[in-house]
Amino acid sequence: MNTTPFTPLSFPGKKNSGDSVVNGVDLSVNFAGIKAPNPFWLASAPPTDKAYNVVRAYEAGWGGVVWKTLGEEPPAVNVSSRYSAHYGKNREVIGFNNIELITDRSLAINLQEITQVKKDWPDRALIVSIMVPCNEEAWAYILPLVEATGADGIELNLGCPHGMPERGMGAAVGQNPDLIEKVTYWCKKHYSKPVIVKLTPNITDIRVGAQAALRGGADAVSLINTINSITSIDLDNMVAKPTVGHQSTHGGYCGSAVKPIAMNMVAEIARDPATPTLPISGIGGISTWRDAAEFIALGSGSVQVCTAAMLNGFRIVEEMKDGLSRWMAEKDYNSIEAFSRKAIPQTTDWKHLDINFKTIAKIDQDLCIECGRCYIACEDTSHQSIAKLTEQDGARRYEVIEEECVGCNLCQITCPVENCITMVPQETGQPFLAWDNDPRNPFRVAS
Amino acid sequence: MTHSLDHLPSAKEVGTYDPATLAHNFSDLHPPLTPRQAIIESQRCLYCYDAPCVEACPSDIDIPSFIRQISDSNINGAAQTILEANILGGSCARVCPTEILCERSCVRNHDTECQPVLIGLLQRHATDHMQFDGHPFKRAASTGRHIAVVGAGPAGLSCAHRLAMLGHQVTIFEAEQKPGGLNEYGIARYKMTDDFARKEVEFLLEIGGIDIQYGQRLGDHLTLDTLRQQYDSVFLGLGLGASRALGLTGEDAPGLMPAVDYIKTLRQSDDLGSLAVAKRCIVIGAGNTAIDMATQMARLGATEVTLVYRRGIESMSATGHEQEIAKANGVRMITWAQPDEILLDNQGRVASMRFAKTADQAGRLTTSGETFEITADAIFTAIGQSFEGESLRDTTAAELARDGERIHVDEMFQTSLPNVYAGGDCVKPGQDLTVQAVQHGKLAAHAIHQALAAKQEAA
Repeated sequence: MNTTPFTPLSFPGKKNSGDSVVNGVDLSVNFAGIKAPNPFWLASAPPTDKAYNVVRAYEAGWGGVVWKTLGEEPPAVNVSSRYSAHYGKNREVIGFNNIELITDRSLAINLQEITQVKKDWPDRALIVSIMVPCNEEAWAYILPLVEATGADGIELNLGCPHGMPERGMGAAVGQNPDLIEKVTYWCKKHYSKPVIVKLTPNITDIRVGAQAALRGGADAVSLINTINSITSIDLDNMVAKPTVGHQSTHGGYCGSAVKPIAMNMVAEIARDPATPTLPISGIGGISTWRDAAEFIALGSGSVQVCTAAMLNGFRIVEEMKDGLSRWMAEKDYNSIEAFSRKAIPQTTDWKHLDINFKTIAKIDQDLCIECGRCYIACEDTSHQSIAKLTEQDGARRYEVIEEECVGCNLCQITCPVENCITMVPQETGQPFLAWDNDPRNPFRVAS
Repeated sequence: MTHSLDHLPSAKEVGTYDPATLAHNFSDLHPPLTPRQAIIESQRCLYCYDAPCVEACPSDIDIPSFIRQISDSNINGAAQTILEANILGGSCARVCPTEILCERSCVRNHDTECQPVLIGLLQRHATDHMQFDGHPFKRAASTGRHIAVVGAGPAGLSCAHRLAMLGHQVTIFEAEQKPGGLNEYGIARYKMTDDFARKEVEFLLEIGGIDIQYGQRLGDHLTLDTLRQQYDSVFLGLGLGASRALGLTGEDAPGLMPAVDYIKTLRQSDDLGSLAVAKRCIVIGAGNTAIDMATQMARLGATEVTLVYRRGIESMSATGHEQEIAKANGVRMITWAQPDEILLDNQGRVASMRFAKTADQAGRLTTSGETFEITADAIFTAIGQSFEGESLRDTTAAELARDGERIHVDEMFQTSLPNVYAGGDCVKPGQDLTVQAVQHGKLAAHAIHQALAAKQEAA
């Protein structure tokens, strides 16, 4: 009897985790001169604190890692009880808060591990986050040591909002444009590879920090760092979480709740005429491929993830790469660059919006489940534009009163059924008219 | 109560189930939600405006509000929302046919999800876990009025509690030795476990101002005439204590008895193993009592339980959900057949029953002459309830206008006699639901209160 020769099956595993082509789409990026097989990087945070974690992340397929912030000796000391969450009603974590400081391991061990990891994983991006006191000597001391590791670049942690600012570092620097510029300048002077400046969102205008970084010679910016936060109060003991003994302190907020804030800040820099080509590494609540695609569409050249990995493990990157590549294939985008900044031209100031545009809600009666949520939202809090009717058989029927509807979208937002309420643009027969040129605007500019 | 079955073996002797299994067979049919499950389920509620579930609830419970309170971990708030509409919210959570009431109207049933919010189980969660420091409802200042309530079932208890809240003094006259009515004596054991009916009444009585006199049966030593003379108002929540008879020869033979009498014994038993079990039995009827009877007999160890109904499945008053319970317990259902003759053995005990096949001819039930027999050690009848013989026979009670057999009331639950009100199963608009009896009692209490207040103003 003949036996068929056994054909070994091949499994994409460890070996292939760094493939830049997924589902036939090239996900590789060259971010400010730093190359990576995909745009998904782990942000500087607990998941990137040591070689063990970083190697696991690379094995899982992350394209790059920003090593948790190195500082001066002696290393920082952390408290016990470090994280807390802002929960949704179903205990899903909406936002996440931490009071951890920079690395609490010695500089020597970190440098040694970084050197080894970069040697073992040459195809992945490895960036080192640094925070030392605001004087040139401190930076001039640490930068050559980092350069010697062979890492691809550095990220300046000028944003850490808790603990470090009390020592004149982190956000204390990031909130002062002059200091941002000065530190960036020192880094460019004492370090030859790309310098990324990580910006704090705890300011009034994010563009000022990005402009300062550019003046100092930054190769790129990354944002956002975490937002000052208190997530919840233990009402029995009248203390916030995380609780250290019988006290607490504000921490840094991240997770999906901060995504809208981060996206606006990314877009602000991307469309700022002062920083039109400054590469941006987008950070803030990125949990899915779609989040990543949105950040990229607003001008990010790479994205950094932390909370989603902390909540789910490194494996999430597989779905992020798979989902992103399938969507890109569907849209015929053959590289990340092909759709980077694609949403920027359509992101503008309020005054440039078409004041003559009109959209009206439409309720699909076949999909309506008669919950009445749209009705009460509009009736109580908006424009009384939905009528509540009762059919002969007692069924409820909700109908839009078109002449009253201002197209605010509230009914669509409150509707629990997807696609039941759609907003339909109306043919008004009126030309595009920006508020700038509107005769009703007392400060209009003649068109 | 079950002397008619004294010749049959006990559940222990039949030995289908060991004591542990027997106990398990009568534990909670639908286990309660865990706190976590309750939170998750509560999230599914869309907090509808003018919600269809509220419209469907006979006792007007503000369902979206109490579910939102559960989702906010405000269990006492949720319980209070339920109880202020329905003081027997705990038992209704257990016995309500939610599948034809609130849960049927839930908007989550629509195509996108096809699964309602589990309102009944959430209501049970709130009422099971409430922890009040004292009774959650306070009494208004005393009105000096004293009202007689006949029957400590759901209608009477609900009426008494609301009257007490409104500041009246109440005396309840109860025929049995325990309060609760059907909650105590008539509901299947696995629907009302852990002595819940008693605990619920204890909670209800915490309001104060309610005195219950047991062993006081209307028509026995108690007449409506005396009650009308001695009290400012009377509320009749008599229920329907007597079981309808088949009207066949041999109906008093050993082995034949009303299902409600057996269920009453089962509910009060401390030792399930000692209950008489008919290995092969027939249940006649199509309501929830018939289902409860058939299922409980199967769970006690009967091996052949047959439920026979003279019409089709679609006409059964037991809900589809109840029918499924019976089927899951191996109950065989035969439709379109009616009792024709009780067949006895040589000792004069039930041996089998002959049935005549029926058909619906233009709305009229007819028999074809075709018959068949089913062997059985016992026959349980569950073909409806009526007034207990003497209860409405005194001269005053005899004057009560009736709707068919039941007492006629107007929309204010007032009978044809001044100051006499009625509600629950004994009145016409009854659907024979606990939740509706509670609503009748509550609304009647408000009607009584208003009438007394009006009288005072006029005086």
